[in-house]
Amino acid sequence: MSRRILGPFNRVEGDLNITLDFADGKVSAARVTAPLFRGFERILLGREPLDALAIVPRICGICSVSQSVAAANALSALYGISPPPNGLHVRNLIHAVENVADHLSHFYLFFMPDFARTDYQSQPWHAEVLSRFQAQRGSAVAPMLEARAILMRFMGSLAGHWPHTLCLQPGGVTKVVSAAERVRLQQWLRSFRRYLEQHTFGLPLEAIAALDSPAALAHYRAQAPKSDFTCFLNIADSLQLHTLGRSYDRFIAADAYTAPDGCWSPAGLWQDGSRQPLALDDISEDNHSSWLAGEGPSTPLHTDTVPLPDKAEGYSWSKAPRIAGTAAETGALARGLLRGESLLQSLVQAHGGNVLSRVVARLTEVARIVPQMEQGLAALQLDDVFQLATPTQPQHSQAIGLTEAARGMLGHWVAVDAGRISRYQIIAPTTWNFSPRDSQGLPGPLEKALEGVEASDPQALQVQHIVRSFDPCQVCTTH
Amino acid sequence: MASKNKRLLWLQSGGCGGCTLSLLNAESPSLFTTLADIGIELIWHPSFAEQSLDEAMHLLQALADGREPLDMLCLEGSVMTGAAGRFHLLPDGQSMSTLIEQLARRARQVIAVGTCAAYGGISAAGDNLTGATGLNHSGNHPGGLLGGDFHAAGGLPVVNISGCPTHPGWVLETLALLASDSLKASDLDPLGRPRFYADKLVHHGCDKNEFYEFKASATAPGQMGCLMEHVGCKGTQAHADCNSRGWNGEGSCLTGGYPCINCTAPDFADPGHGFFSTPQVAGFPVGLPTDMPKAWFVALATLSKSATPARVRQNATRDRLTVPPSLPKKNKA
Repeated sequence: MSRRILGPFNRVEGDLNITLDFADGKVSAARVTAPLFRGFERILLGREPLDALAIVPRICGICSVSQSVAAANALSALYGISPPPNGLHVRNLIHAVENVADHLSHFYLFFMPDFARTDYQSQPWHAEVLSRFQAQRGSAVAPMLEARAILMRFMGSLAGHWPHTLCLQPGGVTKVVSAAERVRLQQWLRSFRRYLEQHTFGLPLEAIAALDSPAALAHYRAQAPKSDFTCFLNIADSLQLHTLGRSYDRFIAADAYTAPDGCWSPAGLWQDGSRQPLALDDISEDNHSSWLAGEGPSTPLHTDTVPLPDKAEGYSWSKAPRIAGTAAETGALARGLLRGESLLQSLVQAHGGNVLSRVVARLTEVARIVPQMEQGLAALQLDDVFQLATPTQPQHSQAIGLTEAARGMLGHWVAVDAGRISRYQIIAPTTWNFSPRDSQGLPGPLEKALEGVEASDPQALQVQHIVRSFDPCQVCTTH
Repeated sequence: MASKNKRLLWLQSGGCGGCTLSLLNAESPSLFTTLADIGIELIWHPSFAEQSLDEAMHLLQALADGREPLDMLCLEGSVMTGAAGRFHLLPDGQSMSTLIEQLARRARQVIAVGTCAAYGGISAAGDNLTGATGLNHSGNHPGGLLGGDFHAAGGLPVVNISGCPTHPGWVLETLALLASDSLKASDLDPLGRPRFYADKLVHHGCDKNEFYEFKASATAPGQMGCLMEHVGCKGTQAHADCNSRGWNGEGSCLTGGYPCINCTAPDFADPGHGFFSTPQVAGFPVGLPTDMPKAWFVALATLSKSATPARVRQNATRDRLTVPPSLPKKNKA
């Protein structure tokens, strides 16, 4: 057996190192290390509950609004109020902009540049991929950034700026939209849709959302041969990306995009081809392999965050969240499965969660969310309120706020005592996906996904494709 | 041509990556086009570089050893100095703070991007168990990782582009000035911030100025009135041009309906009171505009409150304009 420590992984958000053990040319064990710890769960202690709205977005620059949504949901429950319809719609718009922008950043800036590397120069597609997707320089990069910046104007208009807004409050949003502003927002969204339909997909978004089977996906490639999505699908075929990165095939998601008539992306646990309810009481955190005090599983509302940098069993600052004692994967693929999307269900039924299905889930979600945003904008009743007043005192002593960041399920568990935050525990998407081993020795989802990978060279790109297929956010992971 | 470009290395440590993500919001042209235009070669950035793993480590080591030249070092995020650097380790077991120090002592220009890298920022808030600090400030005090008297090889102290997050324009304009060697020590304020944005106050150009003039105050975020008296707004003390330079096209905290929390200031994350409330003494806010005599503020506030037009008073506590300005009265013939 040989052991290699890989890092620093770049083109992921935050810091990541991975230790790989090799036997017979295959990865026999992987240990994922989150090497940075800041301690937001401690920074929040002793503050007024509403102060969480200023602190938590700063956990993460790429999931900033998602952190705010989770905190606002927790505070809504704590204070016993719910946003009015306009508040929900604007919150969803802001949240959707971040989700879509994150998916595009991942695809164009983080993930695709690996296929432009010289390792693939013998591939027939390499020259084209080099010209379009080379890191920073590819011809696809600048148009994406220009389109993304137009979409991000939603944040200037509705949220003041991005990242790190304070507009999301327990009772709604601080920004009222006027008729003229809605006209501007609609125009920006049309511009963004045009970009997606011309560059990313090569077809109307509705045609992408209608892809309901692997056969339809194959047909799409013929219909839009020049699109960026097709370019990826061709590479995926050539490199058999559906055979890389399979993990436990157990997927979890929280309710997201809650509107007056229900939520667009429902919570649940997807396993063995069927959907089960998400039982929050089954969620625990395990600190066995973390450089943190504590051992076996404890519920978030009973977990403390006390760093122990010299803990012998520790190899990551990340905790190991588990549901009913098992590890689970979260992200766009989980959301799509739980929304009942048949393309993703077919892909997972055939080959599980893998590099291909994770990326397909992300891009098809972009095509589905933009029309949702158009509907949300149209649904605003401009003469109605956007926010209800926050009561002066919390109505409860503890609460949970859940949502979906681009990368998956995000939860905030908060307790207050004498008007101050007495405990604040956060389980972020990549805490699930990139967790270390728990006290039972069970590897986290990425650790599982890397096992068995054939890689004579530990620097081999297939390891990096698997890692990046999860779109990790390491600053959220340890917070 | 390429050899004339300034070689910029960007590192991240104890932060959220938000200053990089904000930089991606740059418009017309977008980020990488702008960097090329201003003569900067981004030799490595954790979010954008092609090189990963060993290649990246070898490059960083060559830069730290001086085997490869380094013109500009940008750090985003605090330096984690606690527990002998164990709160941020590189894959080889070396602490990130050690590498940052080696690189800072090689680079011609050292730039702290964001309040974390400049002063410690939110990562240093609370009990700061991790020993988070800035490059040459720790909070308001000179010091930090490099010491308060640090000057980079090019002669400047650390350039502190503070802000949480930074505006893409602050970063790109500072980098353009540095790349053309046209930023002088006198262009930095006493906290090391570029004066072109830090000598303005968030108050300048604020949408709510008429409400401020008449002390017509909001009582909660989302109301039209001035947020200074009751809702924690520090725009009159905060050094930044947020209301004269739009964020994401046309935004600012104030146009978004919520208070400025003075995120360009070293200690913004521990204000000593709730972010959404203004501490008061005898009915007046404690945090007054820094260069205004308190007695005058009290006198003027009292006077202006008594002169507040009904329109301004009524709009102040509404979420949208309810009473419009009246038209000029027609001349009597």
